[in-house]
Amino acid sequence: MTWTPDQPIVSLKDVRKSFGDLEVLKGVSFDVMKGEVICIIGPSGSGKSTLIRCINGLNDIQAGSITVEGQEVHDPKLDKLELRKKVGMVFQQYNLFPHKTALQNVMMAPVLVLKEDKAEVERRARALLAKVRLQGKEDSYPGELSGGQQQRVAIARSLAMNPDVMLFDEVTAALDPETVKEVLVTIRELAEEGMTCMLVTHEMGFAREVADHIYFTDRGVIVEHGPPSTFFTDAKDPRTQEFLGQIL
Amino acid sequence: MRRVAGVNAPGRTDLPVLKPYDVKAVTPDGYIFTRWVATLPWWTPALVVLAALLWPLIASAQSGYTVYDAFDALWRWSPFLLWSGFFFNVLISVFAMAIGTVFGAALGLGQISPNRVLRRAAWFFTQLFRNSPWLVILFIVLLAFPFQVKVFGVTIPIPDWMKGVIGLSLPIMANISEVVRGAVQSVPTAQWEAAESLAFSRRQILWQIILPQCYKRMLPPWMNWYAILTMATPLCTLLGIEEVITLSRQAMEAEDNHPELLVPFYGFILILFFAYCYPIARFTMRLEKKYAVKL
Repeated sequence: MTWTPDQPIVSLKDVRKSFGDLEVLKGVSFDVMKGEVICIIGPSGSGKSTLIRCINGLNDIQAGSITVEGQEVHDPKLDKLELRKKVGMVFQQYNLFPHKTALQNVMMAPVLVLKEDKAEVERRARALLAKVRLQGKEDSYPGELSGGQQQRVAIARSLAMNPDVMLFDEVTAALDPETVKEVLVTIRELAEEGMTCMLVTHEMGFAREVADHIYFTDRGVIVEHGPPSTFFTDAKDPRTQEFLGQIL
Repeated sequence: MRRVAGVNAPGRTDLPVLKPYDVKAVTPDGYIFTRWVATLPWWTPALVVLAALLWPLIASAQSGYTVYDAFDALWRWSPFLLWSGFFFNVLISVFAMAIGTVFGAALGLGQISPNRVLRRAAWFFTQLFRNSPWLVILFIVLLAFPFQVKVFGVTIPIPDWMKGVIGLSLPIMANISEVVRGAVQSVPTAQWEAAESLAFSRRQILWQIILPQCYKRMLPPWMNWYAILTMATPLCTLLGIEEVITLSRQAMEAEDNHPELLVPFYGFILILFFAYCYPIARFTMRLEKKYAVKL
């Protein structure tokens, strides 16, 4: 099956995932179109992070199907490396490589994985670091950067692979309140440039502002979803209302 | 945390939890000894020898051969003991360490291989040589190995000292294997995941991302094992290898085996080993402290 841009770029159908006896995802389905920004919100332990990690194959699933650009993610025959070139991921704890400088962190994957020309990659990496407002920090090691700066390096590192989809797993949850903003600004710019973004977040204000669609998960299912214009004001399900009541 | 085949046990949960660095995994047993040596003041061996000398001083009061004669003998023999004896011990330790490190690194990587058979085999050999007395391993190597081998019609002799090197390198190999495994496992799983989501292959992740973070962590335990190995080289005297203990015995025999010779001669050897291993122990502890702060 060949994928065309008018089909969903990411598609989940009745995805189920358990850790031992604990079923974390109990049948999740939704589609994401190219250029769309979706936010997944919900209480802790509702399976948000697990869900997003299934999309680039970091977690396997027990049942259902996930496709990215028409390719089945959990097909044993699928070349996971090819999938991951298309799907970038940013983590809560940044996970930069501590023995490499910011610039090297960004350059590593394009040079070693995509085998691109080093000079060309360096030019692109410097441009990306400038884009996330980290000019002058190219030669700093992760340990010398603040959390917000490290997270922006992590975003640049993912972008250097020229992915089609970006996954953000609670990327601001470990940050100081004052550095949260600089990371969110970066993500908003990406969204405005038309990058397909899937975010797990607790930043409701941000979700409302950038998301095209919001999904609320609780206990492994999508309880409610909708565009932010209606989601925050017209929540039908009592669980959503309760959650929003606590947060807003 | 998710499971990386061969590197960690299956996790109970997948929720994002930041694992603390597992310091214990890098510094297994035996480390206590280096730490103890490093805390000794530098004049400790001199004190031990002095105390030991008091006894023969009294004992030899009536005998014709005095402790001064014994020291005179030691003075004459000491250059020989140092250059022909102790330096041979150092040479044995360097060769054994080199061989043990190369094979130990390979075995350690085997222990974290995604291949189950390879992993079990590497684990087995690591445990086997880690948990056997060094002397027993030495004897087995001495007796089981031929004194020469023929490779493509060329006869290569295997002298006894080479067997000593091989025998000592086996327990070192096993312990280095554990050092490598421990260091790799001390790198948080999140590093694997970050690299995986950038489409690195497993081999690339291990060699480009995980191992470079391990070298610093592996250096202190590696040096610790070198110090332990050096102090184990006198075991080779039991194989008849002409290292420092064997030569001392021969020297004392040449000096008519006066009992007064024992403490000065063995005391001299003790000081030699201490002088060699003490700086290593101190340096190891310094490195450990330095890297402990950074990690």
